[in-house]
Amino acid sequence: MNKVVQMLLVLTSIGIISGGLLAVVSGWADPLIAANQKAATEAAIFRVKPEGKKYEQIKNAGFELYKVMNENDQNSGYALVYQGNGFSGKIRLIAGLSEDLNNISAIEVLDQVETPGLGTKIVEEPFTSQFLKLETSPKIDWVKGEKPDKPNEIQTITGATISSKAVVAILNDGISRLKKLRESGGLK
Amino acid sequence: MKKQVTLSKEFLKGVWDNNPVLKQLLGLCPTLAVTVSAINGLAMGLAATFVLVMASLLISTIRKIIPPQVRIASFIVIIATFVTIVDLVMKAKFPDLSKALGPFIPLIVVNCVILGRQEAFASKNNPGRAFLDAIGMGAGFTIALLVLGGIREIIGSRTFFGLQIMPDQFEPWLIMILPAGAFLTLGLLLGAVNVYADRKKRLEHESLVAHYKRVGREELIEELEVK
Repeated sequence: MNKVVQMLLVLTSIGIISGGLLAVVSGWADPLIAANQKAATEAAIFRVKPEGKKYEQIKNAGFELYKVMNENDQNSGYALVYQGNGFSGKIRLIAGLSEDLNNISAIEVLDQVETPGLGTKIVEEPFTSQFLKLETSPKIDWVKGEKPDKPNEIQTITGATISSKAVVAILNDGISRLKKLRESGGLK
Repeated sequence: MKKQVTLSKEFLKGVWDNNPVLKQLLGLCPTLAVTVSAINGLAMGLAATFVLVMASLLISTIRKIIPPQVRIASFIVIIATFVTIVDLVMKAKFPDLSKALGPFIPLIVVNCVILGRQEAFASKNNPGRAFLDAIGMGAGFTIALLVLGGIREIIGSRTFFGLQIMPDQFEPWLIMILPAGAFLTLGLLLGAVNVYADRKKRLEHESLVAHYKRVGREELIEELEVK
């Protein structure tokens, strides 16, 4: 009997002390973690919309969308965070778009688990710089093994065609949803 | 009477003779998974060392009041507490590192090096010895991960701690930063360590035989007894 009481007591007190300790640490860390995440998002928004000075989230979009304002507080476009399937997992990226949604200002891949050395090139130059000033209508297209000659085309990476096409597909998906949202008047 | 080991030996056994990765082959899951770069290996090693030291100290302090029937459960709760603290601190202060190590920080909870040391050592020894043992094992774990991460980073991405040290003409071996590279590097490293240990043992043996031939049986036994 005594043994059982001791077992209960020891394990319970260890649990209570651990819980208390974790509550204290978590109370200290949570605001810092939230601030880190906010700072990371903010930095990414201003990297894809360099002229932006302020931003606000469009809450009822159904996906992550930010309206970016320039120094005169005028709407200078949108930053869209969107994800989709890549070659070996989700690719999550952020794209800066002009106000009429017809041009991309820049893109940045936020998360990916593509093949190291091949698919991971979607994060780097020169692949990402192909998206600067790219036209989005009717949709973004890709060519393989040759230089793109239309203003809405990019060239896929040799050895990482699927990853490159996935980036294009994710962008097309996100932008078409954004365009639908604008038609239905949700971009206020 | 139990044979007492010297304090320095208590520390050094984890670094070499009983190195958790290279000799005991424990904790291989984080070892193989996170060592794509030297900084990842170092960070993982230090995080595990912190948890190991804190858990060992605490468990060896309260070892007499923990009933043996619930010892494993108690160890796990204590280890999990320290791991969560490390995880939260890393997320708050080193978000990039925390992202790179991903789920492997929370998984330190089930790292068998840590639970193994509690069961085999901390729960049977005083806090001083448990501390030395934990520091030694942690150092051994960290060194092994750092070496593994360093080798894979240098050959796989031409850099060491992010600084390029191989010439541009050197084509990086992508396989080294893929999972297969972890197995190859660890296997070769284990082989090299064993070859070195065998050689050392043989040389010691040979020198002992030579000594015996010189001084004779009686004197040698006397000498060993003095030791």
